[in-house]
Amino acid sequence: MDVAAATKLGAGIAVIALAGVGIGIGNIFSALVTSIARNPSARDQVFGLGILGFALTEAVALFALLIAFLILFT
Amino acid sequence: MQGGGEPTINALGQFKLTTAGGFIGSTVNFTQSNLLMVIGAGLVLLLLYVGSRKRAVVPGRLQALAELAYEFPFRMAVDQIGPEGKRFFPFVFTLFFFVLMGNLLGLFPFSFTYTSHIAVTAALALLVIVIVTIVALAEHGWRFFTYFFPSGAPVWLAPLIVPIEIISYLSRPVSLSIRLFANMVAGHVMFAVFAAFVVMMGSWHGVGMVAALGPLAVNVVLMGFELLVAALQAYVFAILTCIYLHDAVHLH
Repeated sequence: MDVAAATKLGAGIAVIALAGVGIGIGNIFSALVTSIARNPSARDQVFGLGILGFALTEAVALFALLIAFLILFT
Repeated sequence: MQGGGEPTINALGQFKLTTAGGFIGSTVNFTQSNLLMVIGAGLVLLLLYVGSRKRAVVPGRLQALAELAYEFPFRMAVDQIGPEGKRFFPFVFTLFFFVLMGNLLGLFPFSFTYTSHIAVTAALALLVIVIVTIVALAEHGWRFFTYFFPSGAPVWLAPLIVPIEIISYLSRPVSLSIRLFANMVAGHVMFAVFAAFVVMMGSWHGVGMVAALGPLAVNVVLMGFELLVAALQAYVFAILTCIYLHDAVHLH
């Protein structure tokens, strides 16, 4: 296998991590929807927490994406 | 895209530093990154100055914005840290707006995102962690080191817990800086990649011109997403600073 093909494959493998992040973000928002549906008055407090969790989880996706970009473009 | 041979996507070229400000700029290595930092700081100062000049009882638009810009980090600091948060409010405010301005100004065409450089974000994160440690030491003295061993844990677990706590404490600046840096780099690389797709497809003529509308639309959507991310990452950076300061002031 030549190096160029291996690089592309490596970048593809690097973003498999996004599957886990997808599950994580789905979990966060499902919990957010459930909690707001149960107690709509808590929306303001819970929403901030949910967005914080989303941002922290999304960062993991970006670590993987960054590795893929580094493999592809450097 | 570079001409000749197989087309390649030059996605990381946008993060290259160049000097700004003509001869004087190149002498003192004043880069476009520094220029945007100055512009960002100037914009915040201008907003606060102009917004607070009238001091009307019923605020106008600009005053309402300035009040919002003041109150949002204030609420954040006081809610997270507690009443002691007032002392750290200027620090949180500065961090929040420095990062926010970096993220937002970077979205303008031909602009530059200074938060996309690990040197900048790492400096900010180190500043945060050094200040948090100093605050904790000043507040609690030697008792600060009990932070690494939660009270109530069995003593024989100490060899396991203490190294883990120390590693988690030391990894805070790493995750804080890489999160912001990776978000910005990934977002802007995504812009560059889809913009290159537009050019590549457009070069086919005919059907390619129509197909090029696809990546163009993706870029428009991405711009909206990046606006969200820009504000969100500034919020996350500031709120994590608040959480660390809370730990420093209250020790668990």
